[in-house]
Amino acid sequence: MSTDAIALPGTELASTPVAARLHAWITTVDHKRLGILYITYALVFLVIGGVEATIMRIQLIRPHNDFVSPQVFNRMFTMHGTTMIFFVAMPVMFGFANYLIPLMIGARDMAFPRLNAFSFWMTAFGGLLLYFSLVGANGLYGAGNAPDVGWFAYAPLTSRTFSVGHSTDFWTLALLVSGFGSIGTAINIIATVLSMRCPGMTLAKMPLFAWLNLVMAGLVILAVSPLTAAQIMLVIDRYLGGHFFDTQAGGSAVIWMHFFWVFGHPEVYVLVIPAFAFASEIIPVFSRKPIFGYPVMVGATVAIGFISMSVWAHHMFTVGMSSAANTFFVISTMAIAVPTGIKIFNWLATMWGGKIEFKTPMLFLIAFLFQFLIAGLTGVMLASAPFDWQLGNSYFVVAHFHYVIVGAILFCLFGAFYYWFPKMSGKMYNETLGKLHFWLFFVGFHLTFDFMHIPGLLGMPRRIYTYEPGRGWDTWNLIVTIGVFFQAAGTLVFLGNLIWSYFRGRLAGNDPWDAWTLEWSTDSPPPAYNFYTIPSVQSRRPLWDLKHPDDPDWKYE
Amino acid sequence: MNATSTTLPAALEWKLPARGQVGMYVLIGAESAIFTIFVVAYLFYVGKSLSGPMPSEVLSPPILYTVCLLSSSLTIHFAARSLRAGKVQSFAAWWLLTIMLGAIFLYGTASEWHRLIYKEGLTIATNLFGTTYYSLVGLHGFHVIVGLFALSTVLAFTIFGAVKQEHAERVDVLSLYWHFVDAVWIVVFTVVYVIGR
Repeated sequence: MSTDAIALPGTELASTPVAARLHAWITTVDHKRLGILYITYALVFLVIGGVEATIMRIQLIRPHNDFVSPQVFNRMFTMHGTTMIFFVAMPVMFGFANYLIPLMIGARDMAFPRLNAFSFWMTAFGGLLLYFSLVGANGLYGAGNAPDVGWFAYAPLTSRTFSVGHSTDFWTLALLVSGFGSIGTAINIIATVLSMRCPGMTLAKMPLFAWLNLVMAGLVILAVSPLTAAQIMLVIDRYLGGHFFDTQAGGSAVIWMHFFWVFGHPEVYVLVIPAFAFASEIIPVFSRKPIFGYPVMVGATVAIGFISMSVWAHHMFTVGMSSAANTFFVISTMAIAVPTGIKIFNWLATMWGGKIEFKTPMLFLIAFLFQFLIAGLTGVMLASAPFDWQLGNSYFVVAHFHYVIVGAILFCLFGAFYYWFPKMSGKMYNETLGKLHFWLFFVGFHLTFDFMHIPGLLGMPRRIYTYEPGRGWDTWNLIVTIGVFFQAAGTLVFLGNLIWSYFRGRLAGNDPWDAWTLEWSTDSPPPAYNFYTIPSVQSRRPLWDLKHPDDPDWKYE
Repeated sequence: MNATSTTLPAALEWKLPARGQVGMYVLIGAESAIFTIFVVAYLFYVGKSLSGPMPSEVLSPPILYTVCLLSSSLTIHFAARSLRAGKVQSFAAWWLLTIMLGAIFLYGTASEWHRLIYKEGLTIATNLFGTTYYSLVGLHGFHVIVGLFALSTVLAFTIFGAVKQEHAERVDVLSLYWHFVDAVWIVVFTVVYVIGR
């Protein structure tokens, strides 16, 4: 894990011994360093989770393939899902929030720097615990046994009877521990946004990035805590002989589903709202226009946050709920498309009539807009209970949620990496490599996930390790797997670009994008104390005001 | 280059909520969500145990201990008020009383558990009632223990003379947590000893 390969704030002298530098990173409470630790940690797990996905796709490239055994396949999809959600997506979003929020609101650090460090190390420990299962789950004498109960770990698969050894224990403890970290970070983000803003920055003048992360943190509080509670129950069942999910003693397997998805669905919004936050900062800068409909964007985000708490059981249509419950969750799920649609229109209206610059970050963001639209449309399809009865647990569902997580969230994230890399490292990334990454990943994404819908429609269930030839699935699976290699190549170009640019890139300067939020007013990388003097602001675009004293924004807001 | 624009009115009133208070309120929000799940599970499983003992046979409402815990909210309030007024002696006295009331409550829980385990033969693995009862009451008891540790730390600092009037704001944050622990007990009491019995 080369932490310093990504983006060291260049505060140390070159002569500082390695041990001292390492010690400084491990004991740091600086929000920028913790942000970079989060991001680096997530990138390491991104590669691991990507390898697991590749192994699954190689296994499915043709019928009756025997690249891995069914047992290994089960472990792969469990570890892939758990890793990508808990140890890639959440940490990387927390990393950007950590790094950027204090800079954007003109503060010198987060509200609770030591809690911040504690939260990061809890998350890190959770990830290590999950992967230690490979050697520790059966005890060291075994060949190792990673969790294989699926990322939502339905009862009774997780009971002692069906999950012997310790693989499920590692899974549940890893999520419990990293959950504490997530809650700590959410507390920190909310306290920072509410209590640390620089003079003049009222809530209505805050960058949308800070607003959206505030909503995200609120969702973490309301969503991750139920997961923590459910994991405590599972631990009680497995270690103390409790009966929460034990149907033999009157317990209920369905209540685990409810508890898991009460977390699981808001979790999607925990991940996608920070992606919206990136879009809301990057699209205006590369369209050379202020964001269209700022108050509506805030309102729509808060509405998404509220509605997302009441849609969880659309994951459970196939379980067999009452028709009243089905109706409620169909309507609430479809209702969430309205504020989401408002946001898409606002981004389009921001671009409309703008002077669009097609730099790498903007390419990713434009692709995001179209892909997210399609992901939303298949979402509305699946929100309809009868449609879901037909296609629940099929590859159509897998294609749908990967369209959201990869097509929307990961594309925004790549855009954010390119956009803020100059600020974090002080160096400019390589534009050619960036464009190459975009096109490789764009082609790979569409090869994989466009065509993945079709075997789903043809009846291919998820989580099968192989299939019979002649069902019309063969060609589609081949295309899907070919797309994976394009995505892997794109990701390698991306990582190579980061490392190469960190060492060899040209100096970026403070404000390479001629942007408007406060982080671009300080050095690249920013000094430990962020700002020489605490700024004060009068509008949503303080740097615009500074650059255009004749026509400042605050005259119009 | 700095984003400072000196055009702001000099007398700009810039006051934000205290971060400690905000942080504690958010933590209380997260804790409430955790308790909600346990309460939902408790209510969902009321009367679903396949074997005894049943709650109506073994539980009796711990009225005295409940009064102790709830009145500790009052004493911690007086303690915080004394510190704000700079009366450290009176603060220490009220604070000590709060700790004692909390400890009495914890003794009440412990003796109830002892009776249930050794006399009634109810453990966490006996039946669904046992599982949900020990989990919910235990989760609350755990929060009481954490609170008592925190309160005792402050008491130790007070004895060594390190707590002064300027720390009133921090003590307020801690008392928020203690009020939350008390408020949760009202919910737990209602669920376990009133509805669930």
